[in-house]
Amino acid sequence: MSNSLRRGYALLKRFLAGTLVFLGVAVVGFTAFAWRSAIAPVATPSVASFAPERVAQGEVLAAAGFCATCHTVKGGKPFAGGYAMTTGFGTIYSSNITPDVKTGIGTWSLAAFSRALREGVADDGSHLYPVFPYDHFTKLTDADIAALYAYVMTRPAVEYEPPANLLPFPLNMRALQAGWKLLFFRSGPLEGQPAHDAAWNRGAYLAEGLSHCGACHTPRNSLGAEDHSRAYSGAMLDGRPVPALTKANFSPVPWSQDELFSYLRTGTSSFHGRAGGPMAAVVRDGLSKLPDTDIRALAVYFADVGDTAARTGEMQAAVKRAQNAEILDLSQHDESARLYLTACASCHYNGGASSASNRPNLATLADVNSPDPTNLIRIVVFGHRADMPAFGSGLSNADIARILAYLRATRTTSGPWTDLEAKVAQIRSQPRP
Amino acid sequence: MITFTINGKPVAVDVEAETPLLWVIRDEVGLTGTKFGCGIGLCGACTVHIDGRATRSCVTQVGAVEGRAVTTIEGLDPDGTHPVQVAWLDLQVPQCGYCQSGQIMQVVTLLKDFPNPTDQDIDSVMAGNLCRCVTYTRIRAAIKQIAAHQGSK
Repeated sequence: MSNSLRRGYALLKRFLAGTLVFLGVAVVGFTAFAWRSAIAPVATPSVASFAPERVAQGEVLAAAGFCATCHTVKGGKPFAGGYAMTTGFGTIYSSNITPDVKTGIGTWSLAAFSRALREGVADDGSHLYPVFPYDHFTKLTDADIAALYAYVMTRPAVEYEPPANLLPFPLNMRALQAGWKLLFFRSGPLEGQPAHDAAWNRGAYLAEGLSHCGACHTPRNSLGAEDHSRAYSGAMLDGRPVPALTKANFSPVPWSQDELFSYLRTGTSSFHGRAGGPMAAVVRDGLSKLPDTDIRALAVYFADVGDTAARTGEMQAAVKRAQNAEILDLSQHDESARLYLTACASCHYNGGASSASNRPNLATLADVNSPDPTNLIRIVVFGHRADMPAFGSGLSNADIARILAYLRATRTTSGPWTDLEAKVAQIRSQPRP
Repeated sequence: MITFTINGKPVAVDVEAETPLLWVIRDEVGLTGTKFGCGIGLCGACTVHIDGRATRSCVTQVGAVEGRAVTTIEGLDPDGTHPVQVAWLDLQVPQCGYCQSGQIMQVVTLLKDFPNPTDQDIDSVMAGNLCRCVTYTRIRAAIKQIAAHQGSK
């Protein structure tokens, strides 16, 4: 072998050795960085050890935080877990948070429970996946976390082992979550904003900390973290658009504080229709337990998020436009207008009079003004409980597309939707969740 | 078991949740005043009230009315003397009568939302209730008579 070749090999060996040492140090360093201690297990606290008022308060908080929604599978026992969440990274099953000793959190102390909510770490020191929104729950007060602990620990214990997560390597290595947290997570309770009043701050606490509204309404980056620079500007969830809560919301009528209160309290509003899809459960099962003052606080907060105070002038003009759009000239032979008239106007007509929450004005709905007709198609095809019938069996794809195109043309100032008939056919063929 | 109330009385039915409410009202509960016309929500003969709002029962699933209050034509008024029914008799509105349960139930909601309806209001809100005997002119006259009578109270 020549001298230069020998020198080349020697250099290569030194380079490889150096790289290996560096990788070794990095792995050891990262493992040390990611490591969290286990918290000693405790004997399951007795139900009697918790003050009834604290348990009652925890019940309200657990409802408004939608704990049961994710920690209960359809047909399963409450809080026993097993609910599958399909993320872009794989399927994660919610854990059993009943006080069962073998399969639940029966041996978790308050300190362990608190660390899970504040830092996303389980009692054994393993990192939790951010599909559990600890990035929101970290903002809760100690008192509220203690109340939630009192509530979950006094639920019936259920022995149930949820299925194992389906995550590809290396995402199934929980230690890597420490890196995600380093990039995207700041723990700690919410700081009050003295520039805003008590109601606003209460609303901020409930929205940011407890009800984690941003988990659906804020878009996420490619690593699944909420993009705080675009807070509440809308997102996609399971292929369906989630509306923006900022002034980017597509409804031409801004969400006033009263509209927000009506919607969050009763699930209906004068100009924005009914809470449908996932929001129906949010209002009915979650927020329904909060007192009026808390709902009002949320309304104050989101009226500010939507910049409503600066936009009250827009409201009158939009409502007037919507009412005028209802005036039909039946002397014109317009097939689309007649189809709308026969199928829809009997419930949706709002000419002249002001809109009421039980006569949704189609012109002012965000779903009619959005560039994405998905939500509107879904509601026409599948209906919504007893309030909006399902027209999927009575109207063809072409007819539904015709009605939607008519609404878009007469009720909005936006450009037409494209490929409506194909979209209706596609949504109709999807399995109903 | 799906439980709700019909005309104030609690009922419990053991049927599939997707069964149209119209089927349940007629076949299970036995109230045949509500009629089947088209089965796709486009003729209005099946109109009932759910929590006081006119709804097409042929395209409403019975599972969706769990815990809600359903009112049929039989339950509109215990003596059949609801102002709409009185006007219907006064002006002899029905011909064959098949569509009229639906027409009456729809008119009750129309007048609740539009106590003094214009022709435009009537055209739009009543457009989904079809009448093969073409009693539309009498329906319109009856609506206006009720509105005038209630307005003068």
